[in-house]
Amino acid sequence: MNLDPSPADEIFRAEIASWMAEHLSGRFAVLKHRGGPGDEDAYPALRREWETELAEGGWIGVGWPVEHGGRGLSIEQQVIFHEEYARAGGPGRMGHIGEGLVAPTLMAYGTEEQRQRFLPGIREGRVFWAQGYSEPSAGSDLANVQTRAWREADGSWRVKGQKVWTSLAHESEWIFVLARSEPESRGRHGLSFLLLPLDQPGVSIRPIRQITGSCEFNEVFFDGAVAAAGDVVGEPGDGWAVAMGLLAAERGVSTLGQQMHFAHELELVMKAARELGRDQEPLIRDRIARAWYGLRVLRYNALRMMSGSATSLGREGLIYKYAWSNWHRQLGELAMDVLGQQADVPAEDFDRLRLQQIFFFSRADTIYGGTNEIQLNQIAERGLGLPREPRG
Amino acid sequence: MNFSLSDEQIMIRDAAQEYLAESCGSEALRAAMELPHGYDPAVWQSIAAELGWCALPVAEAHGGLGLGPVELMLIQEQAGYHLLSAPFFASACLGTSLLSLCADDVTRSDWLPRLAAGEAILSASLPSLGSDRHAGAGESWWQPELSARQEDGRWVLEGDVARVPQADVADRLLLTAWVDDDLALFLVDPDQPGVTLEPLQTWDASRRFCRARLSGAGAGRCDAPGLSEGLRQVVARVRLYLAAEQLGAAQRCLDLSVSFVQERKQFGRPVGSFQAVKHRCAEMMVRIEGCRSAVYGLAALASGKASEAEVRHEAAGARALATETLRYCAGEAIQLHGGVGFTWEYDPQLYFKRAQASAHWLGEPESLWAELAEQLLPVESAESRA
Repeated sequence: MNLDPSPADEIFRAEIASWMAEHLSGRFAVLKHRGGPGDEDAYPALRREWETELAEGGWIGVGWPVEHGGRGLSIEQQVIFHEEYARAGGPGRMGHIGEGLVAPTLMAYGTEEQRQRFLPGIREGRVFWAQGYSEPSAGSDLANVQTRAWREADGSWRVKGQKVWTSLAHESEWIFVLARSEPESRGRHGLSFLLLPLDQPGVSIRPIRQITGSCEFNEVFFDGAVAAAGDVVGEPGDGWAVAMGLLAAERGVSTLGQQMHFAHELELVMKAARELGRDQEPLIRDRIARAWYGLRVLRYNALRMMSGSATSLGREGLIYKYAWSNWHRQLGELAMDVLGQQADVPAEDFDRLRLQQIFFFSRADTIYGGTNEIQLNQIAERGLGLPREPRG
Repeated sequence: MNFSLSDEQIMIRDAAQEYLAESCGSEALRAAMELPHGYDPAVWQSIAAELGWCALPVAEAHGGLGLGPVELMLIQEQAGYHLLSAPFFASACLGTSLLSLCADDVTRSDWLPRLAAGEAILSASLPSLGSDRHAGAGESWWQPELSARQEDGRWVLEGDVARVPQADVADRLLLTAWVDDDLALFLVDPDQPGVTLEPLQTWDASRRFCRARLSGAGAGRCDAPGLSEGLRQVVARVRLYLAAEQLGAAQRCLDLSVSFVQERKQFGRPVGSFQAVKHRCAEMMVRIEGCRSAVYGLAALASGKASEAEVRHEAAGARALATETLRYCAGEAIQLHGGVGFTWEYDPQLYFKRAQASAHWLGEPESLWAELAEQLLPVESAESRA
């Protein structure tokens, strides 16, 4: 066990910090700390340009293997990159679904032709992706996919159905979709993982207005939308395995970057407490101390996850989603309690508005990506070996 | 940066796990609790002399293994899992840390080799740390329970120390006392007329404490320069070791509960198949794994180059979290066992009592969180605020 950074790590950290200081300035300065969860509709056009800026600096695909055009950085270095990106106030990434989900999936399950066709656009920050998993009847029961796909005589695919909770669909060029390609199949069998361009007649997008009043998520409707013959990932009918591999990629090294955002949010809470003179109230102090230490614990938990086996989820990995999402939800409650009466009205100061956004948006944290209840089922079943829930 | 245990550390942990599972199970513990000093001398003999656990934290120069907080933390986690009743925490964690970090060279050279070899038991009591939030930012002071004076060229101690762990079996006690307005450290032989040890009949019989009454007790002053700073380091380390013990005990509460709910059937099915029960178990695991991350992280931090202040702040947090985790898990263990969880015969009560007995020692959660808050949001004095 050794938490001390090596000299090489320190140099790398400084390199990123100075790149960020130099580039996240001028016209990009307004993007600092913007575009995160709950704020994803902020400055979409400028954030697209920022993606290109990042790509030119060589900061997209830092963890991809070199043969796929990445930097092939070690886990430690990737962590440092994500931490420094977040510490500098790096804006929410428009390209994270492509970079963090689609690309690793293509590397693991795609064909060489698919990789050559899709990876450059992602790496260069030009082509953005949306994800199509959830459906109105497939939330926690993710395998209950109703969206259908069938093959035409020319080998191309047609898709009919509906996806929901698709973030950034209106800002993206492509979407990946899990669809039922074997008509009589049920559950995780008979699904295919398809790639579709969003700009086509068979696709329509409707924004979902959420608790904060803004629209980050969408419903996406497919009415005979077309996927080219070569745009199925993995074997047709094997889509579930591909989708699960992709979800595993999602719990990656960006976790520590997310924690750096949390640290910034906690600083905003403490700043507000000081400004409003509430930092001397014993009960507020107690909650801030707990929040601060809770975040340290999340960090150690993530470091444990990273030094564990890369393929299987250890105990610390099983509890992580439940732990961070509940921590974040409590931070939102603390933030509003610190603001008191001032929390009633949307703040003009963005630092204060951000606190209000956390309060509302963190209610989603304990729902998406596996609700608290599903998490506890999985912890009990996989972590403790208790009997599985009966399935209909 | 690396969070993995080394092969040697894994070996130490596994050996401790194996020995304790074999020699310190529930029956052995219950039998030990009935013995005159509350533990089995044969177990202590194995731990101290054969397995060499007491040598772990002692510097190599003094005949120890010179290993760090990680190794001791790993043993303490296992000790907590079995509620080890032998004086390992008192002597190897508390006494040895205080001696190593605060005593002068002569005393260390004299006693550390004997402690490392498991030939002597050293218990101690740390002064509590008082603070007045309104006195000014970060001001606090030690509050020892004894006072010392010189009489015919020798030091003499007066006063009562409310709780000294396993003092009745200690060869020496390390105690702090006032010398006028200064804090000083003294080595005391408890086997003298000036010292009366009164064993406390504690609810938690798995770790005994004594009240020590000192009246004209002879003592050797042994503090090295910088006692106050040294004590802060000792407090941080001892909090880590106690937190590790609480982590292990909490894990045991979960393991006992999970195996019980898989066996116990009601309505024709194991109660562990009901979601309400599963979720309670899962919630315990969430808290325990968080606590494990905290304790392991702190041990790694304390072994590295982090500043003492950083270690101290995190030690306050880890200790508060571990106390709350064990208290929660011990309570849940009783609930999940149903009626038998309330009986003497089943083990949850033992853990419930240890949870209580270790909750207030070396800082209770409320004051620990306040201590941490003081670092994050220093109290401004009335003048600076105006």
